[in-house]
Amino acid sequence: MKILALYNYWVVIILMMAGLYIMIARHNLVKKMIGLSIFQTSIFYLYISMSKVAGGTAPILLELPSHGGHEEKGSSALEQGAADTVETVSASVQSLVSPSVSAVDSVIYSNPLPHVLILTAIVVGVATTSVGLALIVRINEAYGSIEEDDIRAMEQKDSA
Amino acid sequence: MNPLWTLLPPLAVIPFIIFFGEKRKNLRELSIVIAGIVLLLLNNNIYTSLMNGVSSRSGEIDMMAGLTLALSAEPIGNLFALLASFLWIITTIYSIGYMRGHHEKNQTRFYACFAIAIAAVMAAAYADNLLTLFVAYEVITLSTYPLVTHAGTEAARRGGKIYLITLMSTSIALFMPAIIWTWVVTGTTTFTVGGILSPDSLSPLAMGVLLSLFVLGIAKAAIMPFHRWLPAAMVAPTPVSSLLHAVAVVKTGVFALLKIATYTFGIDTLATVGATDWLLGLAAFTVLSSSLVAFSKTNLKARLAYSTISQLSYIIAAALLASSVAITGGAMHIVMHGFAKITLFFCAGAIMVAAHKTEITELDGLGRTMPLTMVAFTIGALGIIGLPPASGVWSKLLIAQGTLQNGQVWLIAVLMLSTLLNIGYLLEIPLRAFFRPVRPQGSSDGHHDDHVGEPVDIAGTPSFKSAGWHEAPAPSLWAMMMTASVVILLFFYPAPLVELLDLVAWR
Amino acid sequence: MTFSEQLPALQIVIPLLGAPLCVLLRHARGAWLVTLVCNIACTLVALALVAATRDGEIIRYALGGWAAPTGIEYYIDIVNATVLLVVSFISSVVCLYAWNGAEKEVPLDRHYLFYTGWLLCVTGLLGIVITGDAFNAFVFLEISSLATYLLISLGRERNALTAAFRYLVMGSIGASFILIGVGFLYAATGTLNMVDLSERIPQAESTRTVLIAFTFLAIGLMIKAAIFPLHAWLANAYHYAPVTVTALLSGTATKVSLYLLLRFFFNIFGTEYSFGQMLLNYILLPGAIVGFVVMSAVAIFQTDLRRMLAYSSVAQIGYIVAAICLVTPLGISAGIVHIINHAMIKAALFMATGCIIYRLGHAHIQSLGGVAKSMPVTTAAFIVAGLSLIGVPLTAGFVSKFNLIAAMLEKGWWIAAALILMSSLMATIYIGRVVEIMIFRKPRLATPESSGTREAPLMMLLPLWGLIAISIFFGVFGSETLSIAASGAERLLDGRLIEAVTATAAQAGSMEVSQ
Repeated sequence: MKILALYNYWVVIILMMAGLYIMIARHNLVKKMIGLSIFQTSIFYLYISMSKVAGGTAPILLELPSHGGHEEKGSSALEQGAADTVETVSASVQSLVSPSVSAVDSVIYSNPLPHVLILTAIVVGVATTSVGLALIVRINEAYGSIEEDDIRAMEQKDSA
Repeated sequence: MNPLWTLLPPLAVIPFIIFFGEKRKNLRELSIVIAGIVLLLLNNNIYTSLMNGVSSRSGEIDMMAGLTLALSAEPIGNLFALLASFLWIITTIYSIGYMRGHHEKNQTRFYACFAIAIAAVMAAAYADNLLTLFVAYEVITLSTYPLVTHAGTEAARRGGKIYLITLMSTSIALFMPAIIWTWVVTGTTTFTVGGILSPDSLSPLAMGVLLSLFVLGIAKAAIMPFHRWLPAAMVAPTPVSSLLHAVAVVKTGVFALLKIATYTFGIDTLATVGATDWLLGLAAFTVLSSSLVAFSKTNLKARLAYSTISQLSYIIAAALLASSVAITGGAMHIVMHGFAKITLFFCAGAIMVAAHKTEITELDGLGRTMPLTMVAFTIGALGIIGLPPASGVWSKLLIAQGTLQNGQVWLIAVLMLSTLLNIGYLLEIPLRAFFRPVRPQGSSDGHHDDHVGEPVDIAGTPSFKSAGWHEAPAPSLWAMMMTASVVILLFFYPAPLVELLDLVAWR
Repeated sequence: MTFSEQLPALQIVIPLLGAPLCVLLRHARGAWLVTLVCNIACTLVALALVAATRDGEIIRYALGGWAAPTGIEYYIDIVNATVLLVVSFISSVVCLYAWNGAEKEVPLDRHYLFYTGWLLCVTGLLGIVITGDAFNAFVFLEISSLATYLLISLGRERNALTAAFRYLVMGSIGASFILIGVGFLYAATGTLNMVDLSERIPQAESTRTVLIAFTFLAIGLMIKAAIFPLHAWLANAYHYAPVTVTALLSGTATKVSLYLLLRFFFNIFGTEYSFGQMLLNYILLPGAIVGFVVMSAVAIFQTDLRRMLAYSSVAQIGYIVAAICLVTPLGISAGIVHIINHAMIKAALFMATGCIIYRLGHAHIQSLGGVAKSMPVTTAAFIVAGLSLIGVPLTAGFVSKFNLIAAMLEKGWWIAAALILMSSLMATIYIGRVVEIMIFRKPRLATPESSGTREAPLMMLLPLWGLIAISIFFGVFGSETLSIAASGAERLLDGRLIEAVTATAAQAGSMEVSQ
């Protein structure tokens, strides 16, 4: 049942393929943007699901740790989480975990770093979408259509 | 003396040319003549120091890691530089008559490009390594392109296109990789006594390919099938055809081959390269077939161009024979053929200016109105053929000797046959001019009237009516007399050349 | 904490702060001045960084004082210092040119936005190059890309909008692939710092995670660098963008992506892994070779000058990639030299095209007759830059081509060398064809626009000729660029960044900011 245990990856792959398919197959520019957004969202899922540690809580600091950087702790927790799910990684990753940090706190929590990263990526994604939509508005003003076939026909007329 | 100085006169004169411009023509041309004389003196200085056993080298510019731009004085190069700088003066004098007599436009641009080309020829002559030679080679191509297309007509444009495309594409696609290959194999491109390639540095096949890349890639030597640019370049004004496309440009090609044979391969290595056989065959084929093509050409300049192609392949053959005698002969032939061919072109230009004729069939009886020109033409023709008392004898003799040393007896037969062909297509012209009656005006070729741009009845052109002399303008006449007398002089007094070439260190 | 220690941060902060300043100014010429000053400052900073790293030293700068594994680190060695200099220098020159160059192409009331986009684009490009953090590289990549979409869409024809949109789709896919790749790298190693990555990947390199990361990064970078066959976005984008923007992008954007490719595959994954195990060179090489042969041929048949140059750019990228694929010191240094030289040459060519468009209003090759008469200085510039593109001696293009072919022959790749020569011949044809029309063809019926055609303004010609003069300088005195490229190649081939770090730990420590 290993295949099912990796269900998060299946979700990512399905979303990603759906997004790519929409971008390629749909000729409406807005639909293309939707495809792009879905595609990007799938990557957000990928990051987030990777950071989840089995049985871990949300990475919220309740009290000041006595010593040790929580960043390193976090990443090592991720590695353990990853080792649970992706068996191919486990061997190599175990060697990376420094023994000194793994026993600092008894609290297990998810790796916060991917969350931070993906917040940035979401901002980037939103920016991309808004630039894309703004372009579509301008294209609609210039061509009177957002169907790629129409636009292509008009472009050919322009260049002829 | 530092050979870098030789670049100075032709480059320094350019601002003067532009400054004086069309308004002060005489000063403009005077400045060029002065620059030419200075250049000749500089080259002569290098000659004397070489004779005294002092060789000199310029500083270097480090262009790429270990690859430098540098000049150095060496006998074959000095000989070539002397030839080019001497003829530059004469051609400038000739141009004064020709360009004004022909009412050419943009003369300032013409002289400026000409000066750049001469500077590049100096750089090629004194090149210390293949890279410098290649740089100069390309600069010559580019600076002469505006000269070829000088007239700006459709024909000039077409000719210029063939010229540029052939020379550029062969140099980029064949010559440059050959240089890079040499560099990759030996780690240097410097011209070294005895050569830098040893027989075992490459497999025999690769060595043959490398040699073929050099011989074919240096399309300025006009070996077939890369010869088409030379007839195409004949659309240029005659001074360009005479100095550049009979001497400077084409001779840069064969000169480069002589240098590569002597200093890159080295004659000992060259003797082991099997590919010389097929390249010699190709050169022999070029010699014969272009002589035959020359027969079929009725345009005077076109015939001379094919004659040049044929003569150039003599020198290519000489370079490939891998014997010191043949290479000496080849270097001598650069000079001998240079003087003879420039005389012929000067005559062709004079005929064009004075009698407005370009076709050989129109030349009947011209010897009566332009006797001096036709005498000069005869001397030039004898020089090319190699008959005493003209200078071509010596170089052909040396090449033939080298052929025998190498054991390529069949090549002697080719050279003899080609000499016979030379007699046929070159001597036809003075014979027509001196011994055929003048054609009546009406019965000249029917297409004569179609020549729109031909100013037949230009003021004071009594060539058809009176039997009086009607020669080209005095400067042009002067120039061709000068070169014709050098052709004869070198027959009686070739010693300075021989002494200079004796200094070449072969091993 | 001295001023010189803060140079790496200034490299990014200067243009990043300049961008909002442009918006606040809301003044066309004022924004231009801000952009120019920022660019020149960046160039000076980059120059200082090149000088500092010239002898193989490495600068590690912890941004905001957060030390490496936690915070974002800027990592500078000779490779990216050189690229920083190229990017900021080209941007400065093109910016100078934009004073006149952009005034006809972009409405004056939008200039302040145009220059904002410009500065953001430069920020992004410099950021990609300077950063030592894989995720940060992605963020900067998106900053530059978003600004680029904006700049392209400002073109005068409406096709510019669709070109920008298509580039947006392609570019976002490429960037997303890079993001996925970075994510998997993080999963495999638990770090995003490039130095740490290069240290830890060897221990994990047999895993499928690293394999997937490698694949996604390779494809993403190929899209962004416009490596054949993933180049389709480039032709339209370069064609329809304002030509000033094209000049900027052609000299910088694809070059930066190529740099990132070098950094990832040589240093982070390691030469052994990328080229020994994954055989990346055999994946890239066919595309590169087909790219430069086919794209040179395609360029011959173009009717618009900008499009012709765009296809030529794809071909030139093919040269660079082919050189990198050699994985020899000579090959990689030839690639780096060509990155530098081609940036200058192609920017100059597009700037010359811009001068023509400024006067003629178009760049249809067939209607360029008479340009040589009316605009001799521009034509001369085009010819010299064109000769450099072909690779005629005494130009920068010759130095790159010479080394490229020498590297090919050294490795024994005869056929590739022959194909490069063939492609050069095709470059002769497409450049020669344009020049011939410029010089010999009579101008078409005098339209109101072309009848008054005269030389482009001085503010366009000066930067253009400045760039050409420098490219000629590098053609005659090529050893300096070559030696920089050679030490860069050494750094790349040396393999992992960590070796360098231990070697120069003493110097690196002094650069880290103490709080």
